[in-house]
Order: sequence, then C-alpha cells, then structure tokens
Amino acid sequence: MSNREISRRKLLKASAAAGVLGLVGLPAFAEPQWRKYAGTKLEVLLIKGPRGDNLQKNIKEFTDLTGILVESEQVPEQQQRQKAVIELSSGKPSFDVVHLSYHVQKRQFERAGWLADLSGFMKDPNLTAPDLVESDFSAAGLSYAKNDKGQLLSLPWSVDYFILYYNKEIFQKKGVAIPKNFDEMIATADKLTDPASGTFGFVGRGLRNANMTLWSNFYLNYGGEFLDAKGNILTDGPEAVEATKMYQRLMKDAPPGVAGFNWMESMAAFTQGRAAMWIDGVGWAPPVEDPAASRVVGKVGYTMVPAGPKGRFSATYGDGIGIAQASKNKEAAFLLCQWAVSKQQGARLLQSGGGVPFRNSVLNDPEVRKGVKLPQEWLQSVIDASKISKLGLPVIIPVAEFRDIVGAGVTATLSGADPAVELKKAHEQFRPILERSEKAS
Amino acid sequence: MCEQSIEADTGFKQKYWLRSYWPFVIPALVVVLGVIIFPWLFTIWMSLNEWKVGSPTVFVGLANYLRLPNDPRFIEATWHTIAYTFLSVLLPLVLGTFAAVVFHQKFPLRGFLRGLFIMPMMATPVAIALVWTMIFNPQLGVLNYLLSLVGLPAQLWVFHPGTVIPSLVMVETWQWTPLVMLIVLGGLAAIPAEPYESARIDGASFWQMFRYITLPLITPFLFIAAMIRMIDAVKSFDIIFAITQGGPGTASETINLYLYSVAFVYYDIGYGSAIALVFFVLIVVLAAILLYLRQRMHWSEAGANA
Repeated sequence: MSNREISRRKLLKASAAAGVLGLVGLPAFAEPQWRKYAGTKLEVLLIKGPRGDNLQKNIKEFTDLTGILVESEQVPEQQQRQKAVIELSSGKPSFDVVHLSYHVQKRQFERAGWLADLSGFMKDPNLTAPDLVESDFSAAGLSYAKNDKGQLLSLPWSVDYFILYYNKEIFQKKGVAIPKNFDEMIATADKLTDPASGTFGFVGRGLRNANMTLWSNFYLNYGGEFLDAKGNILTDGPEAVEATKMYQRLMKDAPPGVAGFNWMESMAAFTQGRAAMWIDGVGWAPPVEDPAASRVVGKVGYTMVPAGPKGRFSATYGDGIGIAQASKNKEAAFLLCQWAVSKQQGARLLQSGGGVPFRNSVLNDPEVRKGVKLPQEWLQSVIDASKISKLGLPVIIPVAEFRDIVGAGVTATLSGADPAVELKKAHEQFRPILERSEKAS
Repeated sequence: MCEQSIEADTGFKQKYWLRSYWPFVIPALVVVLGVIIFPWLFTIWMSLNEWKVGSPTVFVGLANYLRLPNDPRFIEATWHTIAYTFLSVLLPLVLGTFAAVVFHQKFPLRGFLRGLFIMPMMATPVAIALVWTMIFNPQLGVLNYLLSLVGLPAQLWVFHPGTVIPSLVMVETWQWTPLVMLIVLGGLAAIPAEPYESARIDGASFWQMFRYITLPLITPFLFIAAMIRMIDAVKSFDIIFAITQGGPGTASETINLYLYSVAFVYYDIGYGSAIALVFFVLIVVLAAILLYLRQRMHWSEAGANA
C-alpha cells in the first residue's frame, strides 16, 4: 500500500515537472481533492506589493480549479502589520489567510498562537499535492516557518536576499574592479566618490529602523550572531562595533542626507546614476531595470555582498502565508496557501522579478530560469545569495523596538557619534525591553 | 425674595420639570460618556496593566509610570516636544503680528495679497510635508540651491539631528503664520483711531505707537492665537511623521510620535496609555501656564489703568 503510493508520487512528480508550468487543473494536480471545498468563501489579508499583485492577478485560476471564492485585500506593509495584529489578538479576525513578514512577526505570531498548525495538512494526500514537501523549501524558509516544536505554522512564500548592485558605467570610467571584501569596498567607494560631479561611491539605508537590515549584513560578515544560547542579545559586542565602524566609514562616501534615506531614497540615488554601489534586497531589480523609472537600465551589475573578515553572507528576510487559528475554513485556506506557493505561481513571481520563491524546485528549474526577464546576472546573484543566506534580524518578539533603538544609535554614528558608545547606550535601553517580553511568556 | 419663590415652587413642579427634561439630556450624556468619559477611564485602566497585544494582561499598578523617568527616549521626546512647541508658537506669533501690521496698512492689491498670504493654511499637512521633503533634499532641493546663490554652504536641514527641529518648525511657521495674522488683523481692526491721532500730535514715532498703543491693545488677541498655536503644535504629528518619522535617529521624536510607536508598532498598550496620560497632563499644564499669564496680564492692565 505504502509502496504503491510512493511510486505513484514519483510518477506524479515526474509529470509535474513538465506539466506544472502549463495550465493549472491538469491531471498533475489532480491528487488532492481540489474541489472538495467548492463554494467556500475565503478572506485574505495581503501586504501590498508584487506578491499580493501576483496572487490577485491570477486568483481566477484558483477559483476555477477549486470552486473556492477568494476575497483579498492589499494593505501597505506597516498598516497591514498593525491590522493583522489587532484583528488576530481580538480573536475574531476578519480574514482566514494572512500574509506575514517573518523577520518582524515570526516570534510574535508563534507566542500568541495565532496561526494554525499546517503539519497535519502537509501529510494528508487529500489536501497536499505530492510535489509540495518540506524539503523543497530552503533552510532559511523552513526555519522561518517552523516553531521550536517543529510545527509548520505557515508556508514560506518569498525570500529577500541582500545583494550588491553596482553601476558598471561608473566602474569602467574609473577603471576599478568589483570589490570582493570590505577593505576593497571602502577603497573602491573612496575612489568613485566625487562630490563635485554629484557622484558617490556608495548608498544604502541610513534611516533609523530601516538601516538595521543593511547593518546586519555587515554584522554577519564580521562573524556576529544575534542571540546566545540563553536568548541574550549580542549586538553590542566587538563584532557589532566593527560592523558599525564599517557602516559609518562606508557611509562617508554616500550622498549628503543619507541619515534620512530608506530604500526609496537609496534607490533614487542609484537609479539616477549618482551612486556607484548599493546594497539592498534583490526585489528592487524590476524598477532599476525599468526605463521609465531609471537612468541606469542595462548598466547595472549584480553580485554578492563583499566578504567581511569572518565570512560572506547574505542577510535574508522573507514573508510567508499562513492561516488564522480562528478560521473556520482551514482546509480550504490551506488549498489557497498551497496554490500561492505552487511552482507555477512561484515561477511567475521569479520571472517578473517580484520575489524569489523559497522552493528549490522553482529556483533550480532551467525552464523557469529561462523565462526570467531580468538580466541573468541578477538571477545568478540570487542563486549565489541563496547559498550564503543567513537570517538578518534576531528572532525575538520586540523586533520593532530592536530596529528602532539600535537603529537610532547606528544612525547617530553617521553624524559622528562613537559606535561603541552608541551601541552600549542603545542596548542599555533595549535589554530591559527584551527581558520583559521574554518574561511575559 | 427671588430664591424664596423658587423654593416655594419645589415639590411637584420641580420633579415634573426634571422628569420631562431628562430624556432630552440623555442623548448628549450618552455621547459624552461613550466617546469621552469611557475612553478616558479605560485609558487609565489600561495604563495600570501590563497590556501587550498577543499576551495576557496583568495588573501592575503604577509600574508603567515608574518606567517613564528611566526611559531616555521618553525624556528626550518630552524635551523635543517642548522645544518644538515653544518655537512653533513663538515664530508664527512674531511673524504673524508683523504680517498683520503690514497688511493693516493701505496699499494697492491689499485684498489679493492677503488672500495669497493665507493660502498655506488651506493645504493638507501631509501634502505640504511631502513637498517640503523635496525642498529640504540636500542634493536636489531648492533650499540649498537658494543658499548656493548667496554663497552659503549647503545644509542638511531635516537630515541632521542638530537642524531637524528648527527645519520642521520652519514648515509649521510657514503654514500657520497666516492664522496668527488673521487673528491679529481682527484685533487691529478693533483698535480705535483716536489714540494714534493724539500720539502723532505728541510726536510719537511709528515704533513707539506700535509698542505703547498697538501691542497692549492686541495682547488679548495674541493670547488667543498663542493658545490655538500651542494646542496645535503640541499635538503636531502629520508633518513630523511624514517628513522625518522622528529621525534622524530620534532627533525629532516628539511624545506624540513616541506614543504612536509604543502603542501601534511595539503593541505595548499599557505603557502607551501611561504615556498618553502624562502627555495629557503636560498639555493641561501648558494651557494653565498660558491662562495664568493671561490672568496676570489683566491685573497689570488694571494696575496701569488705575
């Protein structure tokens, strides 16, 4: 019995590779009882962005496949997080399915028990397509989606790796090579900075809170870890001081006012050709390569973040899709989550540059890769980054406080404050907050 | 006499009066209880609990309040609020009075120019904030271009901790000076012409007339303007949030912004409520100071008259 099932799965897997990119609803997908919950109505709360767009644009296919009606709403990130938390804590959320930002909400959602355990659904062949197996998700994705008891509380949807964007034209003009490590990076940035002509060697997030995503990539490359075995925060140690010095030093080559830059301002400086290098998430490639929004189309190179003295990592963030514990339509909702992270939807997401699926079977599929409209160099940087990926923020409840408080200290170093002093001050403030949140459980 | 007759009428008549009028009071009472008194009491209750979204609430007494003096961000935010409020009351008041004196004179196209001058007041704060963000941009903004025309070095404006509050106050001032001007113009229009005539006969200069006649007579109006400005400035949120989000770092984080972060980003409702209450007390104190000053001014006026 079990033997037969395995062989059938293998068969289906083989056919899935060929058939999945075609139309949904072909026999490759036939094993789960897609139509069992026909007529159910689901409410979905999405974060505004390419993932939400990709779901909404193709949702008719899901309804055709399953007969499940989906009402979805896209809300800007900050407000979506507030809305989700307030509604979930009320115990009667207006949605069945929720899109969550792992790097901010993972721990909070786990502690509060807001998400349904999907482990059982994953084992049920009536609910789960044979090609959807845990091992297909990347390690970072699984560590985000599972709690410490090993329950799968959401399906990893899209990952964001930090990479180095660089302006090939500026590099060629000055005849410098792509930096491979931090020392080279500083030397290169110095060489490429020319305030008189309005060109700067580097740009990146300087704004409090937002800057922590960039800072942590330096921190990781200096060998930093966020928490020790007892859950104490370590981001004021020697690695952190070194990382902050690096950050401070590199930002000297950034345009004036960088202390107020989020990704948007950084991207503007880069797409206007005023900055030679920029470190940020892989997801900004579509606007960078859009002739209507960018002056550097076709001149942009993509590569891994240069190595630090203790390693070369790509700070990783990501989002997932989960089901509210309070939902009455968990099975139908699971079918939707599954469809959202399916190979076909993942391929579409990757090919449009709107996100990078956590599933290896999508990323490694040559057919999918061929369909990517962005430069192959970008795709290569994504694949390279996936191999050196490391979570970019501590997995704690008060992530927002961490980013605000330590981020404010890091921003202060941009106007000349001493890294060690600022980090110490910030952690004196942050430690009690962390302790309080850990104690509360 | 009068009182006696009313007392005589008590009994049936007063009971009837009460009974028949109470139903009309109830709607207002319900609204006041529902949207003012209840939220107020509930805020106090929340501030006495460790109340975090996603975890159970625990009664902790005054612990949230005891956290406040040890919270450097709160202390800093309080000073930012006071500095921001002080500057954005003072500057519009001075400039608004000046503008009112100018627009009180008769010159061609006065009505049109007055209309033009009050335009900033009509715009939405968030829209204004977005426009000013571009104006402040150190590389592309028009302010640094203007500075470069007169040979001054480029400034970082809202992107440097040292200049961020004055820069934000500049936006407030630009937007709200017209309001002060309108109030003071009203005051100026109410001043009779005779004191000026006799002053002129005595050979008073323009400045003397302003200092000893105009200013004392428009002071009550200035107090009203100051009160309105103060309340607006203390609760200012949109301009700061849209331009700097409290940054760089926490250099422009006022109590309002910090309160927002604590309650709606960190979801620490209990602590947020405690901050809200302290903030409320601060507003009451500031208003009381202004009222006290006004009172004192009345006395000194009375003294001068006597």
